[in-house]
Amino acid sequence: MVTDENAIQADASLPEKVPFWLDPQKRAIVYQIGVLCMFGLLAYYLISNTLINLEKQAIATGFSFLNKESSFEIGETVIPYSAASTYGRALVVGALNTLKVSFIGIVITLILGTILGVSRLSSNWLVSKIAAIYIEVMQDIPILLQLFFWYAIFYESLPSPRQALNPVHGLFFCNRGVIFAVPETHPAHQYILLALVIGCIGVYFFRRWAKKRQDATGQALPVFRISIGTIICLPLITWLVFGAPIKMDVPELTGFNFKGGMTLSPEFIALLLGLVLYTAAFVAEVVRAGIQSVSKGQREAAMSIALKPTQVLNLVILPQALRVILPPLTSQMLNLTKNSSLAVAIGFPDFVSVANTTINQTGQSIEGVALIMAVYLIFSLSTSAFMNWYNKKVKLVER
Amino acid sequence: MKRFKLLVAVFLAVVLTAGIALAGTLEEVRARGHLIAGVNGGVFGFSMPDDKGVWKGLDVDTARAMAAAVFGDPNKVKFSALTAVQRLPALQAKEIDVLCRNTTQTLTRETINGLNFAHVNYYDGQGFLISKKLGIKSAKELEGATVCVLPGTTTEMNAADFFRANNLKWKPVVIEQTAELNKAFFAGRCDVLTSDMSQLAAQRSVSPNPAEYVLLPEIISKEPLAPVVRHGDDQWFDIVNFTVMAMINAEELGITSKNVDDMLKSKNPEIQRFLGVSPGMGKALGLDDKWAYNIIKMVGNYGEIYERNVGPNTQLGLDRGLNALWTEGGIMYAAPFR
Repeated sequence: MVTDENAIQADASLPEKVPFWLDPQKRAIVYQIGVLCMFGLLAYYLISNTLINLEKQAIATGFSFLNKESSFEIGETVIPYSAASTYGRALVVGALNTLKVSFIGIVITLILGTILGVSRLSSNWLVSKIAAIYIEVMQDIPILLQLFFWYAIFYESLPSPRQALNPVHGLFFCNRGVIFAVPETHPAHQYILLALVIGCIGVYFFRRWAKKRQDATGQALPVFRISIGTIICLPLITWLVFGAPIKMDVPELTGFNFKGGMTLSPEFIALLLGLVLYTAAFVAEVVRAGIQSVSKGQREAAMSIALKPTQVLNLVILPQALRVILPPLTSQMLNLTKNSSLAVAIGFPDFVSVANTTINQTGQSIEGVALIMAVYLIFSLSTSAFMNWYNKKVKLVER
Repeated sequence: MKRFKLLVAVFLAVVLTAGIALAGTLEEVRARGHLIAGVNGGVFGFSMPDDKGVWKGLDVDTARAMAAAVFGDPNKVKFSALTAVQRLPALQAKEIDVLCRNTTQTLTRETINGLNFAHVNYYDGQGFLISKKLGIKSAKELEGATVCVLPGTTTEMNAADFFRANNLKWKPVVIEQTAELNKAFFAGRCDVLTSDMSQLAAQRSVSPNPAEYVLLPEIISKEPLAPVVRHGDDQWFDIVNFTVMAMINAEELGITSKNVDDMLKSKNPEIQRFLGVSPGMGKALGLDDKWAYNIIKMVGNYGEIYERNVGPNTQLGLDRGLNALWTEGGIMYAAPFR
């Protein structure tokens, strides 16, 4: 088309005016409008047809059901919820559960995947082979199967709460999950959290200042050690100031179940394990590809100008490897988030599970499915927005 | 231009196929040559394939009776196994013609879900199944229990109501597939399994150690289980409704699959009308006048399908109870065939 266009323009000297149906540019516009109209008609037809059919079957439409009482329970909730809450709140509970498992899953996957990817490149024969076998095996088994496997291990092999395994004081393993002691609530906790936040902010500004100083004077400070020290010490000092409270909330068996402490349900652990172990294999390959993409000469050059090994990694290898790693890594993070919807199969109340129940109890399938799509779209778009921002930050700055 | 033509073709195809789908369910079923019935697929005695892959059960036989009524052949039906969550959308989206999947009739489902429930084919109630080892005697002692329950069921909501009304704390574990849920329960993931009594009996009968489990005495709900169709097709609703009633009516009249041929010679005008000896009833439904004869001859009356699938002599061993005829202390009662 482009060449046609050029030809026409070149022929502009010709006296005759080209009729519009022979002008590829105008013809293209007509086609575009035509396609757009067809699409509009199709969309209109599908929507109106759906509405007519819904009305004919007398199925209620709209989102007013969100304010009705849900009258079903949800096993795990981040925010307070009961059967007396609304469908809207039930869906929020589901969305938060999805967020919880995805966020924790992504963090652990990144750590495990990086370790595996680096191990695969290790010069140690055993380490690299173990990593290779892990990656190959985990990539090849469908994730749904892995979820069933981890879930079954939990309820088939662990004893009932009354015979729970108790390896150390305050930690129990049974077929109701992993139950462990947590520190009893104490006013000091919020101050410790505050100290941690202040520490992080302080470190951020300190690093900026240190970098500026190094740019100006060429003197380097032990930035890493000071940062870690600040982040750990500030909360520790706060804890000591408040008299070092160490009272623990220890779980106890009462009636059917444990009371107190914190419980991680078999469903949550199985889902998390399945997602992390599966996705980490893919992340490992991404990391390996990234590191291998940096040519050997880069490392040698960096070493020849007397950079320390950590500097070689941080200043030369990583900035280049990250550019290769980030785009496929984003898609693995999105995969993990989307795969978390398989939770339905093993009974973790994620967003899809709660939305399915809502659809079934209210009969509002179209609205429910639209909500599912919207929520996953929001999760995915915000993940990619963040990753794109980060990608832009680390990409090669051309001067 | 080629692309444009293709688009037009696709567009027309969509419009035309949608147009065809607007015909009545009976015509659609006849044109297709078989009925599509949504069933559970995992409840022994109600709908489950046997070891040879043949579908068996009370709900399955109910669907077969419909095929017998429409086609005069009880095998012209395909079964679609659906989870509790899938079943209503599948019916609404016309993936199935009728849902025979131990579905409870409720106001919400009749109204805002746009469904019509035919005559009840099993009166049930919700109960609790629990391990004997826990030593629980009543559902009121279930404080703090973990309860396995199917999502998207009335059971799920009844359980929430029951625990709320009795001010008991509980933790639900909801798994969509019946088989996976039962596996989790019998492996000890939950203390209690809650569902309709008939289903609990069915699950217990196929569990590894049936003797280790007891049903708690409380029945916490009414569960009238009935075949369901979509709103807006009265003829199809009538056919489904009267198919169930024909089986009950046959039992009331003493007609069974064994004596139905002799009954054709009966002098009783009621029986003559019912079996199509004196014509009119079938035509009114848009079916052959032999429709009821075919149902009874090929599938059986209600008593027969009950005894065959869930009755006292089967593995389930469920007494007729509420499901006995009204003349025998139950509430099964068919409208007059006239």
